[in-house]
Amino acid sequence: MSAPVSVTVPAALRPQVEGQETVSAPGATVGEVLCGLREQYPAFGEKLFPNGGEQINRSINIYVNEEDIRFLDNFGTPVTDKDQVDIILAIAGG
Amino acid sequence: MSYVKCLKAKESGTEYPIEPRTICDNDFSPVEVQYDYDAMRGKVTRESIEAGPRSLWRYKDLLPIEGEPRAGFNSGWTPLIKADRLAKKLGVDELYIKDDSANYPSYSYKDRVVSVAITKAAEFGFDTVGCASTGNLAHSVAAHAATAGLKSYVMVPHDLEEGKIVGSRVFGPTLVKIKGNYDDVNRLCAQIADRYGWAIVNVNLRPYYTEGAKTHGFEIAEQLGWRLPAHTVLPVAGGTILPKVWKAYQEFIKLGLVPDNKPAMYGAQAAGCNPIAKAVAEGSELFHPQKPDTIAKSIAIGNPADGYYVIQHLKESGGFAESATDPEILAAVRLLAETEGIFTEPAGGTTLACAIKLIESGRIPRDEPICVCITGNGLKTIECMAGQFEEVEPIEAKIAAFDTLVAGQSQPVVVG
Repeated sequence: MSAPVSVTVPAALRPQVEGQETVSAPGATVGEVLCGLREQYPAFGEKLFPNGGEQINRSINIYVNEEDIRFLDNFGTPVTDKDQVDIILAIAGG
Repeated sequence: MSYVKCLKAKESGTEYPIEPRTICDNDFSPVEVQYDYDAMRGKVTRESIEAGPRSLWRYKDLLPIEGEPRAGFNSGWTPLIKADRLAKKLGVDELYIKDDSANYPSYSYKDRVVSVAITKAAEFGFDTVGCASTGNLAHSVAAHAATAGLKSYVMVPHDLEEGKIVGSRVFGPTLVKIKGNYDDVNRLCAQIADRYGWAIVNVNLRPYYTEGAKTHGFEIAEQLGWRLPAHTVLPVAGGTILPKVWKAYQEFIKLGLVPDNKPAMYGAQAAGCNPIAKAVAEGSELFHPQKPDTIAKSIAIGNPADGYYVIQHLKESGGFAESATDPEILAAVRLLAETEGIFTEPAGGTTLACAIKLIESGRIPRDEPICVCITGNGLKTIECMAGQFEEVEPIEAKIAAFDTLVAGQSQPVVVG
């Protein structure tokens, strides 16, 4: 099994992960890691993927090494324990 | 007395008290200020507004502040110009320019949103304010914070135009240049807001900040003689102003201050950063983020957080979105200057260039009132105009040299 990949959690989502700033789960892709986190923290999973669906909440962006996964291979983006994965909420500005 | 009721999540409808807050805890959708419109009826009238100050605070009853304004005493109430020379050039009957390049004190529409955000920051007791910015917001936050005696941190992309860097730094903020584009700055700011207890105007004060953008729409309606243009063209970057001008129009309709003419809204983007225009053209409700590559840096936001709502409002109002290339943007900057005497930044050029394309394609009819919203000033981005003009060779300080110069020009000159 691959080594756990760390994922930083924004403040708004920390109540669903026992207040932790970082959580981790094994997986070779972003999708696998998030799937592992859904199993560990079902309430967190529900926030990420509402109604038990496969569509991520559109206010949530996922970054691997500071790059939005939509510019990479989305949930198929490969990750290892050396990569930095951040969950960041979409905020407006300009 | 305030007419503010609460904050309400745009999607789940969850209500929250008036507090610093960015999003709904349940679904992370934006939260919006709710007002008691029933209580306003008969009290918020054309007359009550007309009796107010010649600033955006004449619409105070429709803004989310509790006490007296703490900033922006001279912001807003910018000119609405009947652009007859430009209208003739474009072959349209009735064209207006809402000119926020003349906004005070930082020459962009951002003085509206920041006036409200700084007032709210003071009401909440913050001593430090900040923002993620493509330039104009940094300029405005720094200026307003200086006036209100607050500390400020402004976060900007590293390659910002010099006019906006100097224009911000002169007010004494901590200016942080971040390696990357605006979307990188915005991502970092979300993390900063989580960690530091500051008032980041476009993060944890966002519901209040965005309400300030309504005043752009209120002014258009009032200055047009208490009616709405049939077609309003606005730039789209993060997606703040277009939904808020739409909200302003709907609030005035709801209060009976203007007739409901079913106004249509149009979004303008640079071709080098057009996620919304692309989604609209494809008939999609969702957009795909882009890496911006355009001279219109102030609207170069490839991952607009409110983009989804912009698309909704464009569809709901029967409008559309368009995009313009950098050469089209620069040509529109010059056209606006040469016909109406307004020097806008590339974002304004984008808006006009897109309006022209929408008119030429028949999306906007030529015989109905059109308003093009100019949101920033060209003097802050003069490097964009490099190469636009021929070099001017100096002449001797002699009348004969001047005569030779004039004789060489094609335009007839009347002497005497």
